[in-house]
Formats: sequence, structure tokens, C-alpha cells
Amino acid sequence: MNDVVICLFAAAGFDRAAQGLAGAGRRLAAELGVRLRAIVIGSDADALATEIARIADAVTIADQTELAEYQPETCLRALAHLSVELQPRAVLLTNDTYSQELAPRLAHRLGGSAVGDGVEVRVAGDALRVSRQVYGGKAQALIELKRTPAVVWLRARSFAPAQARAEVCEVTRATLEIEADTRTRIVKRKREAQGATRLEEARVIVAGGRGLGGPEPFATELQPLAELLGAQLAASRAACDAGWVPPTWQVGQTGKKVAPDLYLAIAITGASQHMAGISEAKTIAAINTDPDAPIFKHCRFGIVADYRKVVPLLRAKLAELQR
Amino acid sequence: MNILVCLKQILDPEIPVRDFRVDPIKREAERGAAALVTNIFCENALETALQFRERTNDARITVLSYGAPTAEDALRKALAMKADAAALVVNDGHAHPDSLTTARVLAAATRKLGPFDLIMCGREAGDWGAGQTGALLAEELGLPCVAFVDRLEQTDGKLRLKRQTDTGWEVLEAAPPVVVTITNDEHNVPRIPKVRDVIMSYRQPLTQWTLDDLEINADEARAGNTYYEVVDLFIPQRETRCEFVAGDTLDEKVAAFAQRISEITSAL
Repeated sequence: MNDVVICLFAAAGFDRAAQGLAGAGRRLAAELGVRLRAIVIGSDADALATEIARIADAVTIADQTELAEYQPETCLRALAHLSVELQPRAVLLTNDTYSQELAPRLAHRLGGSAVGDGVEVRVAGDALRVSRQVYGGKAQALIELKRTPAVVWLRARSFAPAQARAEVCEVTRATLEIEADTRTRIVKRKREAQGATRLEEARVIVAGGRGLGGPEPFATELQPLAELLGAQLAASRAACDAGWVPPTWQVGQTGKKVAPDLYLAIAITGASQHMAGISEAKTIAAINTDPDAPIFKHCRFGIVADYRKVVPLLRAKLAELQR
Repeated sequence: MNILVCLKQILDPEIPVRDFRVDPIKREAERGAAALVTNIFCENALETALQFRERTNDARITVLSYGAPTAEDALRKALAMKADAAALVVNDGHAHPDSLTTARVLAAATRKLGPFDLIMCGREAGDWGAGQTGALLAEELGLPCVAFVDRLEQTDGKLRLKRQTDTGWEVLEAAPPVVVTITNDEHNVPRIPKVRDVIMSYRQPLTQWTLDDLEINADEARAGNTYYEVVDLFIPQRETRCEFVAGDTLDEKVAAFAQRISEITSAL
């Protein structure tokens, strides 16, 4: 009762988001003086459950054939069923597609309140308060949740992981009999070919914007640079809207929120809606012809020059340094 | 197919950072000289609906908004884009109600306007960006919900929905009625209505209700803060100072730039 519950999808594994979520949950449970419970959902959950069992106080694997692959309605039923039994004080999730899709509905079914995209969770008396960016990253809001449980999806990658214990807690297999809800059904799942790492997990990102002038430089200039750095490629809204690269590459308020160690912005002006997607980046560096481009206000270091001249030189210099 | 598209009018999110101020007492952005616009994802939703109607020749599109009296302009623009009907629930309570309040108001209006086979919302709004209205509306109506959809088709009485995920995309089959939240892609960039159609739209009928016209707890809706409440709003101070790499020639500058990058990546 009144525990903190974290919900994880087995398919994503113990990635940086799962680690951040576990860390956030561990610290919130400590602050509230309650237990941390984890729900792991999906097939092949054992590996993830074992990792989480070194951090949480109890782990429940939602074990049912109907839950092996994510289906929105059925998965929501299962999470609501398990959460109701646990009577949690708070339910925390990451900000992946499925968690964002389910969190508000889960809150509704539990009679609680949801808030998303949290970068900090605080205890304020009886209430929980969540910090999040608003107005496209131009402002920060502190949101107080008025109902219990608080269901919060987090920018999990920006939360510090928790220290793992040597010993594991109890891992329970909940045998569920959730009736599959077939009103909607995922019939096809397609991964974009963009290497093995997800953009949100990438430690180095090379991103291109409108200033590239067309789709070709992504392939001829940015791709080789990204390979050299072991980086993932990304793009601004302008580049995606123009159809130069797939929409899944888009970083910003209307795209992905990323948290790399290094974000190299090439020919990106740095509109606030773009910056909203990279506020958790450790270091931002930029190449831009305009010294007054807003991107430089967020940069640790930068260079004012035409990317067409800089990038080939940069590749050569980096290759030298790597030798 | 009877389609409902929910629209939110917001402060223009493209307002430059230097002109952006917040009122810490009212805990909202100052209007300043900024325009009021329709939230982009809501327009993406309307555009997706309009294209669906063009492909199938079998759809009626109603647009609905809960907002200030000025939200009428967002609905008129939607009519100019060729939505078939429009309804506004005038908000005379909390100017920025929480997501559940909005969902409950929209649900009550939806029951009055419906039934609908497909209800569409933007995935989030460019002001508060809570990203909850569509999902909570689905719960209020007892309907399934699919998020981040960017394309829809009709096959054998079912809807085929393509949606974006973290890693790529998925196709879902849905039996109407269903709620979807719409995200942007290159296919649903909203059309620009003709000036003539915008003028004509002001002669078209538009249903207007107050909260008292709906079967809803109007006092609670006016309070608008029983789900969550914004207790603080501020503009964060930025401490980063950009170091422009030094060097007499571009070659030297790029060498310094490469050095800085290499220091970070070699430590990973």
C-alpha cells in the first residue's frame, strides 16, 4: 500500500531510460519512506526483471500470452489491474511511445492524476509536484497532482540511475487472466533502419537543419561524420517537414526528446521548439554561419562558418585524432 | 464516417524567446503582441481528416473547441479549410484548465453532437504540452485510443491507422468508434484556406454553448484544477556561455573544434 510503482516494458530491456526510471523511483520511494515495486510487462521479461530486482524491493512480471507483444487496450487493462491491487502512491513510467500512450488513461482508471515529461519529482506535504517544460521549452512549470495515485511519465534518461545491490529482491510472476481487448490491434511493426541505437539512447547525436539546403548533405556530409563519431543522425523540424529525412529523426518539442553527452547541431538555427528536445543534452556544440543564431546561446562551444567548409575538415581532423 | 476533430486555440508558439514573458501571479504566458493560432497538431488532425474525406468521399467532419470566445476564429478557419460543422464551448472559468477538465467538457459536448465513428485530437498543444486530452477524452467516452497517428484509411468497415513510434512505425486496425491523437508528418501539413473561404466561413452556422448547456459539473469545470494545478511558472535562467573556438584560420578553428569534440567522445 502507498508504494511507488515503476512500469517497464520488457522489450526495451534495461536501457538508459529504464535505469533512469529505476533511479527516480528508488529516490522517490526513499523520500516517501515506502517500498519500490516494479511491474515488468511483455515476453522475455526475466533479464530485465533480474536487473530491476537489484534496485527495487519487489518485482512483478505480468505473465500472460496476450501481453507478450504490446497491444494498447489489453496492456492498459493489465497495468490497471495490477496497479489497483498495489494501491500505489505513485506510478512512474518512461517517456517512450507506449508509456506516453497509456499513462493518462492509467491515471484515469485508477482515479489518479497524470502529468508527463517530468524532469523532477518532488514531495510537497501530502502532494507530489512535477517539474516540466512548457511553452515549447521557453518556460518551466511546477505541477501539483491533485489526486492519488500520481501517474508520471518522466524524461527518464535525464534521471541518475540507482546503485544496484548485490542481492536481488523477490520476483513474482503474476498469473493474469486479462481478457484481450480487440477493438484495436497492432498488425504491423516496422523499425526504421537507423543503426541499433535509438535516438533517445544515443550518447552522441549529429543533427542537421534547414541550413543544409537539401537532403543530400545528410548522406554525403553528416552520415560520414556520424560514423566517425559513433553518433546517431537527427534533424530539426524544418528538415523533416521538408521531407529531407524521415519524421522519426525529428528532435524538438514536436519530435523526440534526447539526452546525449554530445549534441552537434549543424546548420540548425535553434528555435525554442527545437531546443525543447535537447535541454537534457550534456554538451551542445554548433556549426552555423550566423553568430547571432539562438543555438549558440545554448552551446558550450561553437564555430561560425559554413558547414560545407567545416565538416570535411572536421572529419579529417577527427580521423587524425583517432589515429 | 462521422468524424470529430477537437481544436485548441493557443498563443502563437513561434513567438521569439526575447519577446516571451510569463505572469508569475496568473501563472500563464503574457499575451503581448503574440497572435492566437490553432495548435499545429490539431490542424494536422483536421488536415488528416480532410484528406480522409477526399479519399473516401464518405465522411462528415465536425470541429469542436473548448476555449475563450476568441476560439471562434480557430473554428472559422477550420470551416474555411472545409470542415462541415463547428461547435464552441465557451470557457468562462479557469483560463488554463487541467487536462481532465478539458476532456470532460469535450466529452459532454461530443455526446451532444455525436455519435461519432472517429474522434481526433492533436497529440499535444504547443502551449502547455500536457499531451493528455485525447487519452482522457477516450476514457471519459469509454472508447479505445491510439496515439501518435499520422495517417488513416478505411478497409472493410475498419480503420487502418499508421502511427509513429520511438523506433519506427506501426499499423493498427481499429473498429470504430475510436479516439486517435495525431502527430505531424510530411503528408498532413495543414492546407492554407483561401481568403474568400475565410470570409465566407463567418456566414456559416456555428454552435455555441456555455458550460451550463452541457451535462457536466459546471462549477468543477470552471475551477479547472481538481486533476492538477500549476503552482509555479518561470523562465529558467540559462548559464551556458558559448566559447567560439579560437584560431587565425578556419583550419586552426576546426582543429580546436575537433579537439573539443574528441575530448568528449573519447571519454565515453
